Amino acid sequence: MEQLGDIPLLKDKAKEIRKLILLMTFNAKSGHPGGSLSATDIITYLYFRELRIDPKRPDWDDRDRFVLSKGHASPALYAALALRGFFPVEKLYTFRKINSELQGHVVNHIPGVDATGGSLGQGLSNAIGMALSGIIRKKEYRVFAMIGDGESQEGSIWEAAMSAVHYKLSNLIVFLDRNMIQLDGFTENIMSLGDLEKKFSSFGWKTRTINGHDFYEIHDAVEWAKKEAGPKMIIAKTVKGKGVSFMENNPEYHGKPVPNQELLKKALDEIERE
Amino acid sequence: MTNHELTWLPNLINSVERKSQRESYGKTLIKLGEDQRVVVLDADLSTSTHTSMFGNKYKDRFFNMGIAENNMIGVAAGLASTGMIPFASSFAVFATGRDYDFVRQSVCYSNQNVKIVATHAGLTVGEDGATHQMIEDLGLMSGLPNMIVISPADAPETEGAVEFLYRYRGPAYMRLSREKVPVVHNESNFQFKKIEILRDGDDVAIIATGIMVHAALVAADYLKNEGVDAAVLNASTIKPIDAETILKYARKTGLIITSEEHSILNGLGSRVSEVVSENYPTIVIRHGVPDVFGESGSAWELMDKYMLNPLGIVKKVEQGLEVRKR
Ligand SMILES: Cc1ncc(C[n+]2csc(CCOP(=O)(O)OP(=O)(O)O)c2C)c(N)n1
Repeated sequence: MEQLGDIPLLKDKAKEIRKLILLMTFNAKSGHPGGSLSATDIITYLYFRELRIDPKRPDWDDRDRFVLSKGHASPALYAALALRGFFPVEKLYTFRKINSELQGHVVNHIPGVDATGGSLGQGLSNAIGMALSGIIRKKEYRVFAMIGDGESQEGSIWEAAMSAVHYKLSNLIVFLDRNMIQLDGFTENIMSLGDLEKKFSSFGWKTRTINGHDFYEIHDAVEWAKKEAGPKMIIAKTVKGKGVSFMENNPEYHGKPVPNQELLKKALDEIERE
Repeated sequence: MTNHELTWLPNLINSVERKSQRESYGKTLIKLGEDQRVVVLDADLSTSTHTSMFGNKYKDRFFNMGIAENNMIGVAAGLASTGMIPFASSFAVFATGRDYDFVRQSVCYSNQNVKIVATHAGLTVGEDGATHQMIEDLGLMSGLPNMIVISPADAPETEGAVEFLYRYRGPAYMRLSREKVPVVHNESNFQFKKIEILRDGDDVAIIATGIMVHAALVAADYLKNEGVDAAVLNASTIKPIDAETILKYARKTGLIITSEEHSILNGLGSRVSEVVSENYPTIVIRHGVPDVFGESGSAWELMDKYMLNPLGIVKKVEQGLEVRKR
């Protein structure tokens, strides 16, 4: 395994992002902390280690793209973009407020946000379009995307999956946030998804399963994905609400912020001590 | 009365009794569940739409289809084809927008007895923002042959409407709010296809639907003090539209204001305009969301920002009176 000298930095960034997720949603009195916390480490890795992007030129045509198809995890992406310099961190406190740019679900009007999400099952198709364009225009950029496991119940995900293979999109790397929870409860109770790695690989994707909270494994998987031909699906085993004991694996915190100051403090402390 | 009393915030919203239409839906479904033919489907929003109440009681007749709204509608149509009475629920944006073609072919063209009851219609969805604020559903669903479209004013009327839907045979769409809605009815009464006259008046007729019915009553009170005698009509059936009552008030007042938590395109305002323009051309001023998407914010802040409050109705009435003078 390649040495990852910047792991402490990534860990720090992830901590900062997790705290911001809790603070933003608490301040907004709404939002989706659970699926934001499960996505944090992957988003941190991409924004602080992998993506070729330039905060000063959010519309730079040659930039790498990242599509957050599970657009309700906006707090994680907004926090990463702010820390990466796309807009001031203070702006995060306008999240979900009236007249703010930072909409409840990710929208491409925001600097650094490459595609709109909110209605599940559309972002992966957007990512495929970006990848196709990169190929026909002979661009070097890569397209990364993240989809939810609940989201993968949408038929449109499988339409997209089919087309990514058909068009041999080697520049497409997708993470599936396999936290086992959706809105109404646990995925396997609501609508069983079964072995998602097998499903995607039978569609023709190159697949791998990793621990989505381990930076070494994320790094390895991304390095592997960059070398493989065709579209890559990295099934990231994650914990919904990761980092906060009372939120972890708790479907209640899908779309509900920490309810009071005391729990907020407890949650922030736990993340700090992690 | 001051302008403050004509906006939801800071006072009006706290001074009115409000009740949840979603809860009324859930509770009424439990009653209807005594009929073994009633089945309920949802798409991973059962805790929000309150179909989970039915699911907890009648486990074998509740189907959570996961985040797969198209499949939900197709399956509901299949269930209906065998004589079951399916209620299918999700947020309005998915149940009508994402599902449109499934509703069109499998439900409406096939004339299947599927009742689509959607919650989280309109701007009052609030913080989730434009992606979830469905303001085009009345138009989408009204354009479909065989479809009926219901938009109850409050929780009691919702109860009556759910019971009506159970008895009615054929494709149906009903939109409900996420927010608790001001109560304008004492009892659970719903009359299909009949515009309800809540207040008579000679100078102008305000025809409202859903959450805006209460706002229309407040506006009418204010207008009375200003010397304008406004009738307030509740159009809880959007399709088929009650042309008779609309024309009666067109003749009587010569000025109609429509008010809805929906785009001014293709909603109640458009339906009313169609009726009068073909039969008795009358000035119709549409009050609703202009041709724009919504945004994040708290429900009632948004309603005030977009003037979907009594003040907005008063301004439209004033505009109408001006137009009529010309
Ligand atoms: C098409 C669509 N249907 C329903 C919803 C409502 N919704 C928002 S998040 C969510 C659950 C998502 O679960 P998952 O994809 O597993 O996300 P995660 O658990 O990672 O947050 C649902 C049903 C939606 N946003 N879009």
